[in-house]
Amino acid sequence: MKLLFNIAWTHVSARVRQTLVGMAGVAMGVGFTIMMAGLMQGSQIDFLRQLVDTMPHITVDDERRSVPTQPAEREYAAVQMAEIANVGKRPGIKYPESVMSSLGSWIPGEVAPSVKTTAIIDHGGARIGITLTGIDPRREVHVSKLASQMREGKLDDLSRAPNGILVGEALAEKLGVKTGNTVLLVGGQGIQLNSTVAGLFRSGLKRVDESQIYSLAGTAQVMMGQSGVVNQLRLRLNDPMSAQKVAAQVEAQTGYKSVSWQEANADLLSTFTVRDFIVLTVMGAMLLTSSFATYNIISTITHEKRQDIAIMKSLGMREYAVRRIFIIESIIIGVVGILFGWILGYLLCYGWSKITIFNPLTGTTVPLQIYYSAMHYVVAGGISLLCCAGAAYFPARKATRVHPVDIIRGAS
Amino acid sequence: MTEVALQAVELVRRIEGVVSHTLVNGIDLAVNKGEFVAITGPSGSGKSSLLYLLGLLDAPSEGEIMICGQPTSKLSETERADVRLTKCGFVFQFHFLLPEFTSLDNVLLPMRAAGRMTEGEMRERGLALLGSLGLGEHANKRPNQLSGGQRQRVAIARALANRPEIIVADEPTGALDTASTEQVFSILRDIADQGQTVVVVTHDPALAARADRRIHIVDGKIAEITGRDGGELVCEMGS
Repeated sequence: MKLLFNIAWTHVSARVRQTLVGMAGVAMGVGFTIMMAGLMQGSQIDFLRQLVDTMPHITVDDERRSVPTQPAEREYAAVQMAEIANVGKRPGIKYPESVMSSLGSWIPGEVAPSVKTTAIIDHGGARIGITLTGIDPRREVHVSKLASQMREGKLDDLSRAPNGILVGEALAEKLGVKTGNTVLLVGGQGIQLNSTVAGLFRSGLKRVDESQIYSLAGTAQVMMGQSGVVNQLRLRLNDPMSAQKVAAQVEAQTGYKSVSWQEANADLLSTFTVRDFIVLTVMGAMLLTSSFATYNIISTITHEKRQDIAIMKSLGMREYAVRRIFIIESIIIGVVGILFGWILGYLLCYGWSKITIFNPLTGTTVPLQIYYSAMHYVVAGGISLLCCAGAAYFPARKATRVHPVDIIRGAS
Repeated sequence: MTEVALQAVELVRRIEGVVSHTLVNGIDLAVNKGEFVAITGPSGSGKSSLLYLLGLLDAPSEGEIMICGQPTSKLSETERADVRLTKCGFVFQFHFLLPEFTSLDNVLLPMRAAGRMTEGEMRERGLALLGSLGLGEHANKRPNQLSGGQRQRVAIARALANRPEIIVADEPTGALDTASTEQVFSILRDIADQGQTVVVVTHDPALAARADRRIHIVDGKIAEITGRDGGELVCEMGS
């Protein structure tokens, strides 16, 4: 192997300019791949973090995924039930405190009750449909980041203001309301309630900030016309990624529809998959393209060294050993290129992280989110090295398959 | 009893194509250990083709080549390479030294490929070989710093590196001046005298006359085999 390395090193070191071009190609490919991976994963993680922070990890609603089996159906197989009406059925989760207590005993996280209804908010002639969520401020801090998302006022202000509500900044801007203003809430059954804006929040998600308001649970119950009702349980888990599994368990235990944050955002998450596929394809293409320079160099060297190849083979060196010389050459180019690529990738990531962009949705200027991971460097380097070895293999195989007699005769 | 180092049995080398061409046509030949054989013949007669077959650089279309009694026709290309590495040494008309390597590194190349000695032993043998061929002070020079004769002597040293049984030389003096020619031929003669088998293709009748046997090839067949004293040993023209 030392012999092969010596010959390979002699070949590449004798062609400084070509070798440097090859190394630069590999370095660029690796560097930009690392940068893209960091940028892509950084933005994705940032988005998911916002999503996970803003929403409860699991929402248990007073709904069921399928119509419950009727007692008559269980008794008589031939009976077919149709057009069953829930006459006088009270909405909400039955015995919510008991359910919460039961869930609280085993779920790895916290659970809080809420009352969810729809309403129209009316202020100064502007009428906007909104989702009103009634909460218990003492429990809410355990299941959402609402307290930290407050821009004006505090969660506790809900209790202090008459029929207090917390409004998203974007919605407040649309309505032209400020903290302390009074707005009119109109419920689905025509119930009207004058409410005071006790504070403003900003979640970072446009659809939340424009259409969600919070009140005390009692206020929401009044709007629904159902005192004491709790129609939603909200769970926050220690490990957000386990939400799907826990949601299934909760649903199996309570019978109520339990939706994990992944299920609630399945369409969004599926776009990430498509985006990942596109970006990975682009990165693969970059690494492959960067190895073209190596292919060119090895092709040139094998062409120039046809006579040497013939002589080495005639002396008794095996074909694969001679082929290995050129693969070692490409690996030398690849390894040095990868090392420079790693440095370039880090510098690019660092540079990009210093760039700030204005988010028109949140109205803030934030730096580009870069995710630094050793795995990016390992994967980019590994793939690049494979591409380099592959790029060398084909010209090397072609060159070493040449019959030495043909070359020797041609030179004579 | 004389030991046969190299034997060809009904050797045929045919180039298949639109028009088939027979380069070597049914040659039988036995070369004894320590014998110096010169192959002569006009251009295109098939003498180099025969040499490449004898040195296992090329594979026969028909027939058998035995090196030190070992049949080679059924060997794979890798096994043939191993036989070339250990039992054959090649010297070509042009030195074919690796240009980026020093004389010593070129001589060490077959030894390193064989990997049977330590680096120290290899260097010792390489320097001894170069010294014995009058190149001791040129060990660290590259081929472009050497004269034609010196390069060819380095090529001979490289051929001798793994102590092969057989040295195969294809017009080793073809590109040399008279003095270098004499020097190279003397070396090959000495090698044979020391017990290694030497088979040389040459155009030079004076040099061929110094071989133990001269084999004259015409149209891929042995036309005449002559002894060192000029006596005709075999005449197979038209056979």
